[in-house]
Amino acid sequence: MANYVLPFEKPILELEQKLTELRGFSEDQKIDMGSEIEKIEKKIKDTKVKIYSGMSPWQKVQMARHPMRPYTMDYIKRMCTDFRELHGDRLYRDDRAIIGGTANFRGRQVMILGTQKGRDTKSNLECNFGCPYPEGYRKALRLMKLANKFGMPIISLIDTPGAYPGLESEERHVAEAIAVNLRESFTFRVPFISAVIGEGGSGGALGIGVSNRILMLEHAYYSVISPEGCAAILWKDRAYADKAAENLNLTASDLTRLKIADEVISEPLGGAHQDPEQTAENLGDGLEKHLNQLDALTIEERLQDRYEKFRDIGVFNELAV
Amino acid sequence: MSSFFARRFGFNRSRKKDIPGGLWSKCPSCAEMLYQEDLIKNLQVCASCGHHFPMGREQRIAMFCDPESFVEWDAAMVSEDPLEFTGTDSYVAKLKKNQEKTGYADAVSIGKGTLEGMPIGFGAMDFSFMAASMGSVVGEKITRLIENSTEEDMPVVLVCASGGARMYEGMLSLMQLAKTSGALARHAEKGLPYIPILTHPTTAGVMASFATLGDVIVAEPQALIGFAGPRVIKETTLQDLPEGFQRSEFLQDKGLIDQVVPRAELRPLIVDLLQAFMAARNPA
Repeated sequence: MANYVLPFEKPILELEQKLTELRGFSEDQKIDMGSEIEKIEKKIKDTKVKIYSGMSPWQKVQMARHPMRPYTMDYIKRMCTDFRELHGDRLYRDDRAIIGGTANFRGRQVMILGTQKGRDTKSNLECNFGCPYPEGYRKALRLMKLANKFGMPIISLIDTPGAYPGLESEERHVAEAIAVNLRESFTFRVPFISAVIGEGGSGGALGIGVSNRILMLEHAYYSVISPEGCAAILWKDRAYADKAAENLNLTASDLTRLKIADEVISEPLGGAHQDPEQTAENLGDGLEKHLNQLDALTIEERLQDRYEKFRDIGVFNELAV
Repeated sequence: MSSFFARRFGFNRSRKKDIPGGLWSKCPSCAEMLYQEDLIKNLQVCASCGHHFPMGREQRIAMFCDPESFVEWDAAMVSEDPLEFTGTDSYVAKLKKNQEKTGYADAVSIGKGTLEGMPIGFGAMDFSFMAASMGSVVGEKITRLIENSTEEDMPVVLVCASGGARMYEGMLSLMQLAKTSGALARHAEKGLPYIPILTHPTTAGVMASFATLGDVIVAEPQALIGFAGPRVIKETTLQDLPEGFQRSEFLQDKGLIDQVVPRAELRPLIVDLLQAFMAARNPA
């Protein structure tokens, strides 16, 4: 998985292989091929810029799902110290698809939580591939209420394909768990910022995302339905996911234009996994900037700010038909 | 829209149009032939087996609001096509087709009426309009219904039905879940009652917002109610789903629904509940 290459990255891989061959040949034969090597190195650089700066929405979705991409815990470890994980919803069990706890973030005591994906089969089974059950949302609510009680800002990191569509999810009312989180999030007096770091899978993402600010990593996506799901309904074929992704306007830049995302956090060339340290630094800077802004507001202003953020979303026409 | 719905939930809606002249309807549950006029008088419920047919918004309004009391708000609010969404069909074409078919601008009607003399905010969603999916118009109108009712100290009664968020409006649709829930937070803060009535079918995004945020949640019998569609669940989990899964009765048993109520008994129950809540809130 260390060399996991997305389909659209293949031209870069091919050039890199060529470069390795050329270097080997040059060393074996003791021939100076410096100018050829330089040429290919430049070509690799140009190709990277071309590919990564012109990614289509569907390519971004693939990047957001890259198996090497940093996940919630990777950011918490890099951005915070003294993370104290708090487990369980006090109702049913501890859902590992949502983790959270208190931490020191750049000198502030915060509540930080997020959806967590796994790296291998074992960890993926443990966290259910980042798809929370109702108890995940109820645990998140418990932690957010705790933060509200003690005046701690809330940071939530979003990276989920969606809430888990299963028998037990329905039996324990996953829709109700999400809905209650949406409503209660409007009552928190503390600053609340969410950041989509990978996949923003519909209601399952929104369940921990009713915040004053929504940040998005450059190659993250946030969508009402997965591109494959949309393609299956509209084109009767999941292979049309690229078309669906284009139509859904799900990228960070689309959502900034639609005034849903407040800021795009830039990623290193080639995606967050190319330099997790730098990405965490960028994300931390964005979070800190917005926390400072929200700190300056009174409680009333903060509540009103959150209400208006969502109240203003929608495009319609009030003229007669 | 039936194909969209059939894909998600694995069945087709019955079509009344099959009967010549529209004088008779065949009950899809017991196959009894029902005289149209009797069916209307019986609130679109089969007199033979109790099957609940879909009910239009005018009839819903007549069911819950005192005669002549309903004043509709924002009837002319129409959807735009902010994403310029083009699937096999364009969103604009889809809207036009549904507007022509139903005679309404979008999938919900809202307004103010009285129920046994008590002023209420009332709304009814209409599954025949694009599966009553929630885009900007549905979200905005439901938000205004709740906000105006908060302002005027009125309870809210909302007849729910929906296939979920309207994907043609992308994230603008998803955010309506938050917007409507925010309005309900303020309505609740003022101590005002809100009762959603879940009808067949109420699913997905609408379930993950106002449909499940009622002080009391009631449902009509045998309605399909859930977050994910049964087919998606089956494909994801490879599990067999139990008999009656995601039906009103199942969800009362599992603790989500306060009462499953036959249509004819809905109005008196809502009246009783609202009078009790409002009397306790505003002691004489």
